[in-house]
Amino acid sequence: MNVLVFLIPVSLILGGAGLVAFLWALRRRQFEDPEGDAARILTDDYDDAPKRD
Amino acid sequence: MSLAEVPSPAACGACAAAPSGRDAAVATGTLLSLPHIHCAACITGVEGALRKVPGVNDARVNLTLKRASVDAPGVPVETLVAALGRAGYEAHELDAALLSGTGDRASRDLLMRLAVAGFAMMNVMLLSVAVWSGATDATRDLFHWISAAIAIPTLAFSGQPFFRSALRAVSAKRLNMDVPISLALILAAGLSVYETLQSGAHAYFDAALSLTFFLLGARFLDMRMRHAARSAAEELSALEVPRATRLTDMGEEVIAVAELRAGDLVRVRPGARFPADGVVSEGASEIDRSFLTGESLPVAAGQGDDVHAGEVNLTGLMTVRVTAAGQDTTLARMRDLVALAEGARTKYTPLADRAAAIYAPAVHLLALFAFVGWVWATGDVRFALNVAVATLIITCPCALGLAVPAVATAATGRLYRRGLLVKSATALERLAEIDTVVFDKTGTLTEGRVDPVGLAAHDDDTLAVARALAEASSHPLARSLAETLAERGIAAARVEGIAEQPGHGVEGRWQDRRVRLGRADWTEAEMLEATATYLDLGDGAHRAFRFTDRLRPGAAEAVGKLEALGVEAMLLSGDNAAAVADTAERAGLSDWRAGVRPDEKQQVIADLAAQGRRVLMVGDGLNDTAALAAAHASISPASALDAARVVSDIVLLGNDLTAIPEAVETGRAAVRRIRENFGIAAAYNAVAIPVALAGFATPLAAALAMSTSSISVSLNALRVRR
Repeated sequence: MNVLVFLIPVSLILGGAGLVAFLWALRRRQFEDPEGDAARILTDDYDDAPKRD
Repeated sequence: MSLAEVPSPAACGACAAAPSGRDAAVATGTLLSLPHIHCAACITGVEGALRKVPGVNDARVNLTLKRASVDAPGVPVETLVAALGRAGYEAHELDAALLSGTGDRASRDLLMRLAVAGFAMMNVMLLSVAVWSGATDATRDLFHWISAAIAIPTLAFSGQPFFRSALRAVSAKRLNMDVPISLALILAAGLSVYETLQSGAHAYFDAALSLTFFLLGARFLDMRMRHAARSAAEELSALEVPRATRLTDMGEEVIAVAELRAGDLVRVRPGARFPADGVVSEGASEIDRSFLTGESLPVAAGQGDDVHAGEVNLTGLMTVRVTAAGQDTTLARMRDLVALAEGARTKYTPLADRAAAIYAPAVHLLALFAFVGWVWATGDVRFALNVAVATLIITCPCALGLAVPAVATAATGRLYRRGLLVKSATALERLAEIDTVVFDKTGTLTEGRVDPVGLAAHDDDTLAVARALAEASSHPLARSLAETLAERGIAAARVEGIAEQPGHGVEGRWQDRRVRLGRADWTEAEMLEATATYLDLGDGAHRAFRFTDRLRPGAAEAVGKLEALGVEAMLLSGDNAAAVADTAERAGLSDWRAGVRPDEKQQVIADLAAQGRRVLMVGDGLNDTAALAAAHASISPASALDAARVVSDIVLLGNDLTAIPEAVETGRAAVRRIRENFGIAAAYNAVAIPVALAGFATPLAAALAMSTSSISVSLNALRVRR
């Protein structure tokens, strides 16, 4: 049963990482324009370097 | 209007008000609506065209919402719209102030709580499965402790919407569905912690968390759907950016209507709405008052006449001295009246609350009875408490909590795709109870446009001259006449020196005779008892062109279908009797009343309600707003005045009225499904309650009962979509 000592924290950390990533995306308004984001990947703009703020 | 194309249901995740960072800088700029963009090339095209305009710092397209936000301080909106027009994109300015971000923020908040609940549920469920498959002693206790450490903070965070709503209901001495839900959550968590402390076998952390997760999920979907409908309705209002042209010593300037003051001189072009109440100081024209009075015929107005905000100037350029602006206009005063009339509808108790009022006391008494019974029978308080809490959890608050939002989401989504924006949460339930529908005429049953009739009675010369004269005017009757004649292939006669006399008609010379098309007194013709325009060929004979209101497509069909559904239809209009009778006959309505003033409309609705009838009001004008607010349910077309759309439960995009009987049918189907869902939940309870009372319920049984009942309820709700 000693394996539990590793497995439980591992499962919690992995799940927690997913949760944190989702909350980050939500706060950064990544779900603002799902259709636009799907379309934007087809354009050549900013292919070489990201847009500067 | 292009907005009649229903935006995609996904058009809800976002809004104009951005709280921070770079987005905020863009959002403080101008918002444009781009109704026709649909692909990646459109995004680059629009952004490229906007960035080329001098003074534009940044532009960002949101394809989901079909909007662009432009950061361009000091650049007039017309320049941006024109630049996009040259690039081939239709654009309209949006009033950012009217696009509130509150619904969006609320749904993001709910989504965050949902995500946390989902994470916690998955982890706790894993641990619970281990316990159910036979973990014992120290391992079981450890798993319970970890579960508690995850579940308690999660419930405290994710359960807040339920706790808050339950607290509000209880402090108002009411019962809603959130009361039993909150109680089940708190008791389940409390008992589980106690059992864990005692190294007990049963903990209900997983049940409490999945209850939270499922219910939050249903609530989120319901809210998102209605938010999409509401933001589409808001966008209709935001498209009408209130601007006025003020005359000053320096010349004309375009300002926001809010800046208008009494005493200002404003110029109103043909086709524009008057921005404020005032007196005509210069110019003569005809005015469309249908929004205020329901009259379909334009009224002549000249120097010294009163005009009101919301009326439309039809033919001539006018200068108006403002007498009342902003909150003092007739329009605003009518709106305030409506706000007072609205109380009646808020008293409506939704089905879910009515069900909760029966369910909550029954379940809580049952749990209490189980507790007392087991203490009396065995003297074991801990076991009795376990049975009582198991009863509370197993009596399916989940299925009951899902019963309404799942159906509402499916039904609202179906109507949304059909072009009906359901704004109110209880609109579907109220719509289902309708037994009488009251239509307004002008702008609702009719398009607010007219068609000439009996053209065959005139000879070719008459028609040719009529077309030549009619083409020179922007008066609605002349426009309709010219269009119809053009469609019939009648060439215009050669009429020289055509000039429009605002408020009277059009005059010209044809074969050396003075010819006139216009009002009866001006052409010296005999006035007819119907909407008509008159032609004088200078030969002493008088010719009249009669017009009839153009029905909206599907008007007669909609009335027929409504009657087939057992709904009585009637027509209430402020227009004259002849016009109303004609429209009623063509739409297949036998019950009509003409010349009804706005307050009388409201009275008619109130009288019908006093007879025990549930009235659906369909109207578009300011004269309908009080009636719309007083009715049991209300629908207004997208072309309606802002004030009318705001008080309506449902906004109808597109032109086709057959959507109205469909909405009633969908409402009835939704209520049927909701009742079935309550039935399904009750059926599960009939099996589960005896088991729980007998003390045989385990956390595994509770989890199974909860999942199966929730799934059956959700599947049943999906049937509304067909």
